[in-house]
Amino acid sequence: MMTKPELMKRMVKGPDGLEFEVDPLRDYYCEAPPTVMPGAYIQIVEDFFNWARSQSLWILGFGTGCGAIEMRPLMTPRFDAYRFGVAWRPTPRQANLFIISGYLSTKTLKRAIRAYEQMQNPKYVIGLGSCTINGGMYWDSYNTIKKLDEYLPVDLYIAGCMPRPEALLAGFEEMKKIIRAGKAEGANQYAENFAWYKANQKRVIHDWDMPDYNW
Amino acid sequence: MDFDWMKIPYAFLTVFIVVNYGFLMGALIQKIGARAGRRHGIPIWQYYLDVIKNYGLRSSITHGVMFYLGPVFRLSGGVGLLLFMPVIYGSYMFSNFSFAGDLILALYFVFFGTLGMALGAGESGHPHAAIGVTRGLQQVSMAELPFAMAVFSVALQYQTLSMTDIVAAQQGGLANWTLFTNPIAVAAAMLAFLGSMMRPPFDVFIAPQEIPIGPPTEYHSSYLALMQTNRAIFPVAKIVIYMNLFFGGAGSWPELFVKVFFLYLFSAFVGVCFPRFRVEQSVRFFLVWGVPLGILSIMVV
Ligand code: SF4
Repeated sequence: MMTKPELMKRMVKGPDGLEFEVDPLRDYYCEAPPTVMPGAYIQIVEDFFNWARSQSLWILGFGTGCGAIEMRPLMTPRFDAYRFGVAWRPTPRQANLFIISGYLSTKTLKRAIRAYEQMQNPKYVIGLGSCTINGGMYWDSYNTIKKLDEYLPVDLYIAGCMPRPEALLAGFEEMKKIIRAGKAEGANQYAENFAWYKANQKRVIHDWDMPDYNW
Repeated sequence: MDFDWMKIPYAFLTVFIVVNYGFLMGALIQKIGARAGRRHGIPIWQYYLDVIKNYGLRSSITHGVMFYLGPVFRLSGGVGLLLFMPVIYGSYMFSNFSFAGDLILALYFVFFGTLGMALGAGESGHPHAAIGVTRGLQQVSMAELPFAMAVFSVALQYQTLSMTDIVAAQQGGLANWTLFTNPIAVAAAMLAFLGSMMRPPFDVFIAPQEIPIGPPTEYHSSYLALMQTNRAIFPVAKIVIYMNLFFGGAGSWPELFVKVFFLYLFSAFVGVCFPRFRVEQSVRFFLVWGVPLGILSIMVV
């Protein structure tokens, strides 16, 4: 761990000739662990927020595996997911729904974790396709993870190999019900069981070259 | 100097009406754009939901003071623009804080939000944000040139810098509108209008496919919600300027709604018909088409 030269502490010469020390892991990341964030104090306000959240699902445009190809038709006239309040955002900061669209190689898992951690609480994860449930047809691959739930808190699985766009639309509707019921607390679950998730993640990611938590 | 306190609640009322109108109209225009692509498009109340959701997000992180101030500047740019001009002509309630030289102030406010955004996005430290905002500024400044010239031309034409007087001079029939009395200035200004509405073909710097969405890359939660609120106010405020300067102003809210809608629709129409320009292409476009028109309009006057 932390053997990469670009992550070592080093002296840097600025454009004005001043030398200063840079410690990339400390200076470029925020290492504060996530905390459990309770909802609004008054239940009815929280319900109202949950209702708004369920009607405004912003998906992080991050495709892994084959399933990513099934998300594109949703933007087209044929399926048009926008009419259900579903939109795509190109940056994790603004998205609140992360769709892991299929098998996840350990290399991609690292990026997926970073992207997930940059999203703001409350955030939701949908596992799309059998690969996220039990490894699917990649169950004996040396380089993919089997159960997504061990690495990120999944709210909903959509089974199939690969699920049709209609299945995704049905999944969105199901997701909305979960959010409205106030049961989609994946972000807090992640914060509560942080040590367990990190241990699982580090077990498969061998070149762990980032802080434990990176916003 | 005596200040009319009653104007303050009226000003709030103006902002309230414009925010709601802006949300609904924005969604409607989106829907129209979607229909052009044979989709149904978003529900008409989608923007309300997005804003509520973003205010309702539990966590948000900051990158420093300017990062906070970016959206605040942006919003105050929009609100300021709205409040310092006569929204409804001849109405005491909705003339707000307009005064004799308000045209100059309006020109400044149009730019103010973008500058605030530049500072905020710069502080976020995200390279995409910095590049995006540089390109945005580049294009908006270029688009502003023909507009500024058109404004000078109109000011020369009416010999005043007060928007109320300009609107007053255009009353009494279609033929008195600047659109017909000074068509070249209007043409130049409408080109600039396209450039600053952040719709295709001039929206490459916030386009998701380009560099992940440009200036707002790092903005989220309430910051983003503030910016969305501004996205409702600002276009309306900007169109109200255009309406006051070139299209005879509005004597009542319904008239304002209709005029603003059609002006917005103009940019939407152009947007669905033409592909995006790259930034340097749009700069060239404004230099080749916008600026000569603007100069010509000043010379003709
Ligand atoms: S579930 Fe099937 S379609 Fe989806 S990623 Fe796995 S192998 Fe590909």
